[in-house]
Amino acid sequence: MSNLKEVFMKILFLLCACISILAVAVICIFIFANGVPAIGEIGFMDFIFGTHWKPSSGEFGIFPMIVASIYVTAGAIIIGVPIGILTAVFLAKYCPKKLYKFIKPLINLLASIPSVVYGFFCLVVVVPVIQQLTHTSGKGILTASILLGIMILPTVINTSEASIRAVPDMYYEGALALGATKERSLLKTVVPAAKSGIMSGIILSIGRAVGETTAVVMIAGNQAVMPNSITSGVRTLTSNIVMEMAYATGLHRSALIATAVVLFVFILIINICFSILVRKKEKQ
Amino acid sequence: MNKFKTYLKHPFSFIMLILICLAALVTVASIIFIIIYILEKGIPNLTPELFSINYNSKNQSMLPSIINTVYITFFTLLCAVPIGIFSAIYLVEYAKRGSKLVKVIRITTETLAGIPSIVFGLFGFLAFVLALGWGYSMIAGILTLTMMVLPTIIRTTEEALLAVPDSYREGSFGLGAGKLRTIFKIILPSAVSGILSGVILAIGRIVGETAALIYTSGTVAEMSTSLMDSARTLSVHLYCLLSEGLFTNQAYATAVILLVLVVGINALSNFIAKKIAKT
Repeated sequence: MSNLKEVFMKILFLLCACISILAVAVICIFIFANGVPAIGEIGFMDFIFGTHWKPSSGEFGIFPMIVASIYVTAGAIIIGVPIGILTAVFLAKYCPKKLYKFIKPLINLLASIPSVVYGFFCLVVVVPVIQQLTHTSGKGILTASILLGIMILPTVINTSEASIRAVPDMYYEGALALGATKERSLLKTVVPAAKSGIMSGIILSIGRAVGETTAVVMIAGNQAVMPNSITSGVRTLTSNIVMEMAYATGLHRSALIATAVVLFVFILIINICFSILVRKKEKQ
Repeated sequence: MNKFKTYLKHPFSFIMLILICLAALVTVASIIFIIIYILEKGIPNLTPELFSINYNSKNQSMLPSIINTVYITFFTLLCAVPIGIFSAIYLVEYAKRGSKLVKVIRITTETLAGIPSIVFGLFGFLAFVLALGWGYSMIAGILTLTMMVLPTIIRTTEEALLAVPDSYREGSFGLGAGKLRTIFKIILPSAVSGILSGVILAIGRIVGETAALIYTSGTVAEMSTSLMDSARTLSVHLYCLLSEGLFTNQAYATAVILLVLVVGINALSNFIAKKIAKT
């Protein structure tokens, strides 16, 4: 009797473990089965490299969105990563214990603020400032980059800090003993030694920046045209889906799902890079 | 003073020191600024009318959304927590090390964790709302969110189970307990605080989610009476207020409540994490 129960529960556990496989499979099937035919119908080149998105006249080119997603993510990395890594160095090597107890929870809090609150904050604070400084609408690549730069900070900080702490102390001490200053030892020996951990943090935050939706849609301007300056309004892949899904029908809807396919492929590539890095680190 | 002299000799180091401190300052300042700004603008707008039972075009009450958030959080956890814990039990206690299946499960959980929430939302829309014909409904939102928080729960539970020393298992087996009994009477109780902090993380994610819910559970602002009703959570409520563009004051108030909720959830998870560290 109890043996039966053991076997039954083992199978139940196994089935539950398979649910995540099932979930990924079902998501892939639904997104790809609905999206790929649309890409075929529009034409792969016209879809990916077409520069006009005019659903009413049957033009579905998402190149401006792809470019926008890349620009905005790159901007976030340029803003967020240096600040993040330096803050991590501060936390790991400079911060007094008492201050650390205050800062660390704050950074974790930053990670848990809902993205819609970030978007709102940016809309009422950053947008007017940019508006005044550049005499544009204030919504665009620059604003979105600042927002995403702040949003990825906790990811960059936490992963960098953990990997900086994991570097053996003798690296640092060795550099000091050779006469290097504290900063030089940190930035020329400790940070390079923590490189792979920091890289995986950066890749994680790229994934987050590419996938961010509700915050970006509020402050990126949402014009589906090729951006020509750092302040021009752009529409990312994610905002394209969230803005038009409500009323889209027919080929238009399929084109939006195909946008998700492109997004999905981006994320898969990022994930693969991430797991390769992690595995490399484990081997070391 | 001595230190200062060394820095004068090494301008690079001095600049780096300044940059490091500046970066930390920028980080901390931006967090504090965001929190204080939202609180300062929002608290004066917290009027009693915003907490009335009914939502209508004159009064953008957020109480219905708060109640919907509680419903959706509760039912999502009801689905995701057992599945997540059971998956982790399989991965840690049953699976053979290095088996192919475990590798596949690991990869899929990682993938699931990386999928952007809008893709989840789109999937929920295609699968639950359209293919199954449920329309915009809480149940569609709940199932979508279940998939989304599953990796979080699996990962934290796995870590908590791995942290239970093997001597516990051996002791239990030695006393003649079966595997199942060992898991439920010995291992899970000693891992409970780790699991709990994972669940709280998941709650935080559910409460803050917008993109996955707009096209699954929909944006109806009234209190829902059944799982088939469309209902907006507090985050979606904030998003809708902003996209209508007329209700900035109400949006500030909603943002405060959201922020307070998230801070509370965060504090709870920190508290539990500290408890784990102590034991």
